[in-house]
Amino acid sequence: MEVCGTHTMTIHRYGLQAMLEKAGLEMVSGPGCPVCITPGEIHEAALRLITENENTILATFGDMTRVPTRLGSLQNTAPARGSAVKIIYSPEESLELARQKRDKEIVFFGVGFETTIPSIALTAQTAAGEKLTNYSILSALWLIPPPLRAILESGEVNISGFLYPGHVSAIIGQKPYEFIAREYGFPGVIAGFEPGDILLGILSILDQIRRGKPQVANEYTRVVRPEGNPIARALMREVLEPKDACWRGLGTIPRSGLKLRNKYSAYDAEVKHGLRIKARETDLPGCRCGEVLRGIRPPQNCPLFGKKCRPESPCGPCMVSFEGACLVRFKYQNPTS
Amino acid sequence: MKKISLELGSGGKSMRDFIARKIVPAFKNPHLAELLDASHLPGGIAFTTDSYVVDPIFFPGGDIGRLAVNGTVNDLVVSGALPQYISLGLILEEGLDWDSLEKILRSLKAAAARAGVVIAAGDTKVVKQGQADKIYINTSGIGKILARPSPDLIRPGDGIILTGTLGEHSLAILTARGDFGLEARVESDCAPLTFLLPFWKNGVFWMRDITRGGLATILSELAEQIPFPLLIEENRIPLSNAVRAAAALLGIDPLYLACEGRAVLIVPGRRAQDILARIKKCSLGKKAAIIGRVERAIGRPGELLLRTSAGGLRLLEPLTSELLPRIC
Repeated sequence: MEVCGTHTMTIHRYGLQAMLEKAGLEMVSGPGCPVCITPGEIHEAALRLITENENTILATFGDMTRVPTRLGSLQNTAPARGSAVKIIYSPEESLELARQKRDKEIVFFGVGFETTIPSIALTAQTAAGEKLTNYSILSALWLIPPPLRAILESGEVNISGFLYPGHVSAIIGQKPYEFIAREYGFPGVIAGFEPGDILLGILSILDQIRRGKPQVANEYTRVVRPEGNPIARALMREVLEPKDACWRGLGTIPRSGLKLRNKYSAYDAEVKHGLRIKARETDLPGCRCGEVLRGIRPPQNCPLFGKKCRPESPCGPCMVSFEGACLVRFKYQNPTS
Repeated sequence: MKKISLELGSGGKSMRDFIARKIVPAFKNPHLAELLDASHLPGGIAFTTDSYVVDPIFFPGGDIGRLAVNGTVNDLVVSGALPQYISLGLILEEGLDWDSLEKILRSLKAAAARAGVVIAAGDTKVVKQGQADKIYINTSGIGKILARPSPDLIRPGDGIILTGTLGEHSLAILTARGDFGLEARVESDCAPLTFLLPFWKNGVFWMRDITRGGLATILSELAEQIPFPLLIEENRIPLSNAVRAAAALLGIDPLYLACEGRAVLIVPGRRAQDILARIKKCSLGKKAAIIGRVERAIGRPGELLLRTSAGGLRLLEPLTSELLPRIC
């Protein structure tokens, strides 16, 4: 299983899948697309924020604006007077908006794994330092190791090893994956994002299987240090604390998400704007994104894939996100013969 | 009520569908039905038209004036015609500064001289502030037909030649707009393709300039017209470092980026090396390369395949959604 959506992209963008299948290897896409695993109810809360409140700017990453929900998507919804959705490319931009538009309430709809979380945490810390009063974060922050345990516990996917995400590992290091080799006996490897990185990673897993010695290998040493990035982790600990979180498809997983600590609650959009989010794991009717994210349904086996659900008219988040397994499969097709 | 979306003008699938379903049937005639970049009319005349709405009007490596001449000239060249006369329709927004207009006129003059065409007719309109954006230009062009593109003669083994690197025009526009906070030292490739005219006499079957939709869209359109699949190789496609890096950063595939001075040619397999060598001798063809071939053994008719740099194969589809509006 390649855990990370960017790995899924490399595998299909370079046509590795067909070559690997010829060699008897099947790659299964995992839950590593933050836009995809964020439950619909959180997207809907973001939507309600700008439709029910005037002079509110919701800043978020481009993919988030196209995710379909029961209330429509951020992109095709009509905001209240003076409110708007603003697409940003880095969390810092949302802070800059708050500094420049003092008469508006800025809510940063921040979504991400450990790769992105430190820079999101930094905005809360900076906002507190600058005593900004018009800034808050609607957070959808996810940790990678807990869902891997959930996938192994469920036993519903027949996998032989994990390609661990390279850039998440640059933050968390090797240690958080060790339970997978120790408790479950599954091999794994931290891999980079070039086609050669993927192949080296797979080779390492095969080697671990052959030797009967599962471990956490690191084939991405040019970026990932064994201990990760302690400074980034210290920042995350300072601003955020673990919480039980509900993932699309996977359900509630203990300590798999992060929320702002009480000290920073003035910057927590859920607290500040009194949001009540009852996240559930379910999809919109007909959508099978949940099963895709659990690794039990290949995208092309979804009845909507390529028919009703297409990049220009997505029925679920996996057809929206650049790292979504469905969009990747749709964009990068194998030749028919 | 259904409204026009930007996608319709993207140069991708929706624009093609629109032309095929609404335009061609509405004005039914044999010239339009061919859907060439320029129509072949009786008397050995080729005729084309194009409108330019690029934003911004000045960008590294060119401006809307230079674009308006070269775009129309290139449509004639790839249709097998020697460009001769063009018309100039100016639509100006009230409030445009004189300096900009004069700069654009000088640029139009220089581009026409370089491409060897005469600006032989014109029109000027001014609209109220806000009813247009600074300046739009329409140019129509007439040329003398030298050869008839013949995609029907394409056979397996024929070569696919690309005349230079991809995507500089798109990247120059992006940089000039300041989108994504991107900074790059890159100039638009905007240039006349008249240097390719002699090659029509060397057995070239087909040529297209690579504009909106990029190489992948243009070649997949060709693949749909001929009974053989096309295969291109990622490793052989010339790219500048700036485009390679910017595309990776933005998650855009350079195969879908626009150029304004590059073409792709289908040539007989046995002459491919010779034609390539001669294109490389031209100043605008130095980076030309044979990037692939017409296939028989791999793929199915109608398919455009990419051999990736990792050795895998995948299908390339025409562009479906708008990448960058108002690029030309």
